[in-house]
Amino acid sequence: MSDLRDLYQEVILDHNRSPRNFGRLEDADLHADGHNPLCGDKLSITLKLAGDRVADLRFEGSGCAISKASASLMTEGVKGRTLDELRGLFDRFHRLVTDQGAAADEAELGKLAVFAGVRDYPARVKCAILAWHTLRAAVDDRHEVVSTE
Amino acid sequence: MSSVTASEPAVLDVARIRGQFPLLAQTVGGKPLAYLDNAATTQKPQPVLDTLARYYAAGNANIHRGVYALSQEATEAYEGARGKVAAFLNAAEPAEIVFTRNATEGINLVAQTFGRSRLGPGDEVVVSGMEHHSNIVPWQLVCEEKGARLRAAPFSDAGELLVDELEALLGPRTRLVSIVHMSNSLGTVNPVRRVVELAHRQGIPVLVDGAQAAYHMPVDVQAIGCDFYVVTGHKLYGPTGIGALYGRRALLEAMPPYQGGGDMIASVTFERTTWNELPHRFEAGTPHIAGAIGLGAAVDFITGVGFDAIVAHERRLLAYATEALTAVPGLRLVGTAADKASILSFVLEGVHPHDIGTIVDAEGVAIRTGHHCTQPVMDRLGVPATARASLAMYNTTEEVDQLVAALARVRELFG
Repeated sequence: MSDLRDLYQEVILDHNRSPRNFGRLEDADLHADGHNPLCGDKLSITLKLAGDRVADLRFEGSGCAISKASASLMTEGVKGRTLDELRGLFDRFHRLVTDQGAAADEAELGKLAVFAGVRDYPARVKCAILAWHTLRAAVDDRHEVVSTE
Repeated sequence: MSSVTASEPAVLDVARIRGQFPLLAQTVGGKPLAYLDNAATTQKPQPVLDTLARYYAAGNANIHRGVYALSQEATEAYEGARGKVAAFLNAAEPAEIVFTRNATEGINLVAQTFGRSRLGPGDEVVVSGMEHHSNIVPWQLVCEEKGARLRAAPFSDAGELLVDELEALLGPRTRLVSIVHMSNSLGTVNPVRRVVELAHRQGIPVLVDGAQAAYHMPVDVQAIGCDFYVVTGHKLYGPTGIGALYGRRALLEAMPPYQGGGDMIASVTFERTTWNELPHRFEAGTPHIAGAIGLGAAVDFITGVGFDAIVAHERRLLAYATEALTAVPGLRLVGTAADKASILSFVLEGVHPHDIGTIVDAEGVAIRTGHHCTQPVMDRLGVPATARASLAMYNTTEEVDQLVAALARVRELFG
């Protein structure tokens, strides 16, 4: 078992305490809801576009530190990006938290790389990935509730 | 089983008990394991492990058909286990015990046979608001099919069943009451005798879900007066994949079969098939023979330790843990019924239960976090999830201390 500090990094604890972009955009172009039935995490994402770029986005909901911090850091990481870039980030982030050999992606992910510790805690991968699955559903314009189960 | 001898003080030698559970001796990441997730499943004592190994090594044969000695011995061991479970629950006769995969299957069996044959449009099944999903979903399935309605009796903020409100739900359309004996997420022990009394007054049969209760307290189905009672082996210090349904003979005899196949028939032609006698009518196909025999060994083990000693030990431990956890800053117990047993559900201010679970695991403490398959309970109490420590006969005050110390580590990380 790796050290808990590898999982609960200061950045993660900080975003858990004070999540960024928390709330709801009333004039959103896209939205989606996510649910992790195992832990009861619920998440809702609203997003505004400028052309094919993410102009603004917000998330709200309740969840564990990993899922809340992941949503918060994600909103920071994708603002201003094109939808294609966002899909690429999704794939990289997915590899980061699931694949031991994904070190190469860390540079590309910037601040989001703090979630690398999650890969040593298989039970927590769903927590880290929920926000990303929900964002992906919003972008793909799928409005059913995304579930990690 | 139900008769309590008051003369001898109930003392449980925990060290000796622990010595019989090989799994408990291990360490997790260098820390001694404190296994506090017994409501999910209990560990297995050596006599159960030995019984399983011995059966497969020297006793394995199919039952109820062979004329050779090995098959007859396997049949005797299997039917002997049924007798042990019948005695454990104080059923009137072994034929009232049907082996199932688990408690869930016991409920599904009743829903699909008794429920399906008795429910019609407008009829009702009454459960409580603190049921495990396994005592909700099987009824929803059959109610949907039959146009019947599932109703739930509420419970208080402390997690106590509101018996008057349950009584108010009973009426001429009620076909069955199905209620949990002991809540897996709150620890509440329900007044099942009283519920049976109220239901029977109106001629309504009652199923009691004993998955949690049966390893914490002596169960006497005749004293409770219930019509059905379900248990699962893996929470009785026995194997997974085996459980039992108790049903009163008159009800079982009137029920249509559950699954079709070998062993459940008396005779088969392409024109007409007749059903075997109880309880074989409800046990189609080769059953989990080893599991049933292992379950027999498990109830022997429990009876050997004795419920007097088990109840006294767990009661002391629950009181100790309740006090220790209540003293943790920011901790709130969820489920504080006056009559509760061996389960401590809690939330910690500012920390999600899932994070608690991961952090205490790093300290060797195994607890459950989440909704515990009781989402309506979580909704009712307005919490998304809880952390849950659940005790068994082999747990110690040191393990409770280990949990409390681990919670201090949670506070350290989360500030």
